[in-house]
Amino acid sequence: MLGAVDQGLIIALLALGVFLTFRILNFADLTVDGSFTAGTATTAIFIFNGVPPLTATVAGMIAGALAGLMTGVLHTKFHIDPLLASILVMLAMYTINTRIMSLGHDGLERTNVGLLSQTTIFTGLVENRLRGSWVSVTLIGAGVVIVALVVVWFLNTKFGFAVMTTGDNPGMAAAMGINTTRTKIITLMVSNGLVGLCGAVTAQYVGSSFIEDGRGMILIGLASVILGNAIFGTRYLWLAAIGVVVGAVLYRVAIFWALKWEFIKNSDMKLMSAVLVVIALVVSQSKGANALVTRLSPWRRRSDVPEQMSVVPNPFSPMAEVDAAHAAATASQPSKKGTS
Amino acid sequence: MLTLTGVSKTFYPGTANERVALHDVDLELATGDFVTVIGSNGAGKSTLLNIIGGSLPVDQGTVLIGGKDVTRLPAHRRAARVARVFQDPQAGTAPHLTIEQNLAVALNRGRRLTLGRGLTRARRASFAEHLATLEQGLENRMNHRVGLLSGGQRQALSLLMATFTRPDLLLLDEHTAALDPERAELVLRLTAQMIDEHRLTALMVTHNMEHALRMGNRLIMMHEGQIVSSLTPEEKAQAEVSDLLDWFSQKKGGLSDRTLLT
Ligand SMILES: Nc1ncnc2c1ncn2[C@@H]1O[C@H](COP(=O)(O)OP(=O)(O)OP(=O)(O)O)[C@@H](O)[C@H]1O
Ligand SMILES: [Mg+2]
Repeated sequence: MLGAVDQGLIIALLALGVFLTFRILNFADLTVDGSFTAGTATTAIFIFNGVPPLTATVAGMIAGALAGLMTGVLHTKFHIDPLLASILVMLAMYTINTRIMSLGHDGLERTNVGLLSQTTIFTGLVENRLRGSWVSVTLIGAGVVIVALVVVWFLNTKFGFAVMTTGDNPGMAAAMGINTTRTKIITLMVSNGLVGLCGAVTAQYVGSSFIEDGRGMILIGLASVILGNAIFGTRYLWLAAIGVVVGAVLYRVAIFWALKWEFIKNSDMKLMSAVLVVIALVVSQSKGANALVTRLSPWRRRSDVPEQMSVVPNPFSPMAEVDAAHAAATASQPSKKGTS
Repeated sequence: MLTLTGVSKTFYPGTANERVALHDVDLELATGDFVTVIGSNGAGKSTLLNIIGGSLPVDQGTVLIGGKDVTRLPAHRRAARVARVFQDPQAGTAPHLTIEQNLAVALNRGRRLTLGRGLTRARRASFAEHLATLEQGLENRMNHRVGLLSGGQRQALSLLMATFTRPDLLLLDEHTAALDPERAELVLRLTAQMIDEHRLTALMVTHNMEHALRMGNRLIMMHEGQIVSSLTPEEKAQAEVSDLLDWFSQKKGGLSDRTLLT
């Protein structure tokens, strides 16, 4: 169970990345599946080649960021739709990741790298049998909280405001002198850098990297973001970020319990992720469920309509929420205070 | 302050949908000029403003702002000098950002995007002062999301965001058209007040003849992609709504003549 919490906390790194693109930049970025494996593959092969684990982890993060850079360039310079641009990169990354895994000192071609006999950032925990204990939860949790704080800090800078404006109203952003090409590319790099970091840490935690590692990771990230935002709301950035971390942990723990059930196999995870995302989407669109969540979570105020996702084709579009909120607000309070 | 020379713009050239939006337009604004722009639908008024703002490239001609050739600069690189308020209240603000965050973005218009803090106590205090001039009570709602404001309040905020950094040039495209008469009047009053206070050079498009006469010191009328009439400050002071309406009917007549000829 605490092992699942460990893993949920690690996935939170990826979920924070997904939060940046889907929620803040309003960019449906599917690069994630590719950049996650880029992280696991790069870190694993670096460690395999004797690079210190911390350096290898940073390398994994950079590999993810470079995947994000590719998507950003395809979208901004060549005007390819976000979804298509990121699918293209996701596909390309499959080959690139295979190449990365084949960079071992022995020159062998690989689709997986084992790290069980290698020194990783978790070696200390493993040797003391502390993986999946309160110690590991505390240590990994502290690391993730620091990353979450950095994300919140980033969004609260001038550059961060520009990123939020780019996602919210690109036309206005340009009129305000914001170079949206730059804000988009940098945000995609930061986001996929976090995803790569998640891959780097995951590879060391589970002790291996496999070419299929990334498949479906975008869904897990989305499920965490939707779940976390539904519980904590998006009124304050820091609360939304905490929500994303908690969402990832809840998601992973839920999977852990589901797997206890005998007839559910490991290979059922992907279907379960998909079903969970569908449920989360449907629930977050339902007024009743929203009211219930609002009542159950002290962090969400009942009057706090903007968080509610409305029934729209793209539930990730921030516009949709505010439009619904605006409709609700004007309907419920006809008197507009303050206007003369 | 602004010089347009021989500016032309055609949409979808060489196709069945070809539309000449601007044809060989010359326009000169001195510092402090406030020019109102009238003209029927499709006359090219918005295209003119879009070209000045940089959101549309020209086919031909040059655009000079403050003596500097900006013809090839994209919108975001002109923003330090040019501020805009759009017709759609949704267009000029970011609905998910709070009022103070929107103002912070506007304050940073055209400046470097650093990793410094977006909002500080000092900046909040100055925003509150500016908001108070709108007399909408927005200074007490600075951490509310802009998406929850009414159209009129949003437009007043857009106007503040466009003017409080004293841009060289202010572009207003039917910025009161989406508001009810009362709000429109309020936003218009604020417009006059801010342009006056900051001594801004401005272009204001409107379909309201009375507004076009009341506001600003010069007036131009556009028709089929050209500036067909222009009133000097002296002429404008004398002109009445009926004169403008006469102009319009003359142009309509001209149009049908030409249609017959071609
Ligand atoms: N993005 C565009 N693509 C194609 N044609 C356009 C585009 N924008 C404007 N046009 C065409 O250019 C011409 C001028 O349009 P413009 O929007 O400048 O007119 P306007 O004077 O602002 O009219 P209105 O009073 O209706 O706002 C019109 O014929 C219009 O159809
Ligand atoms: Mg127009």
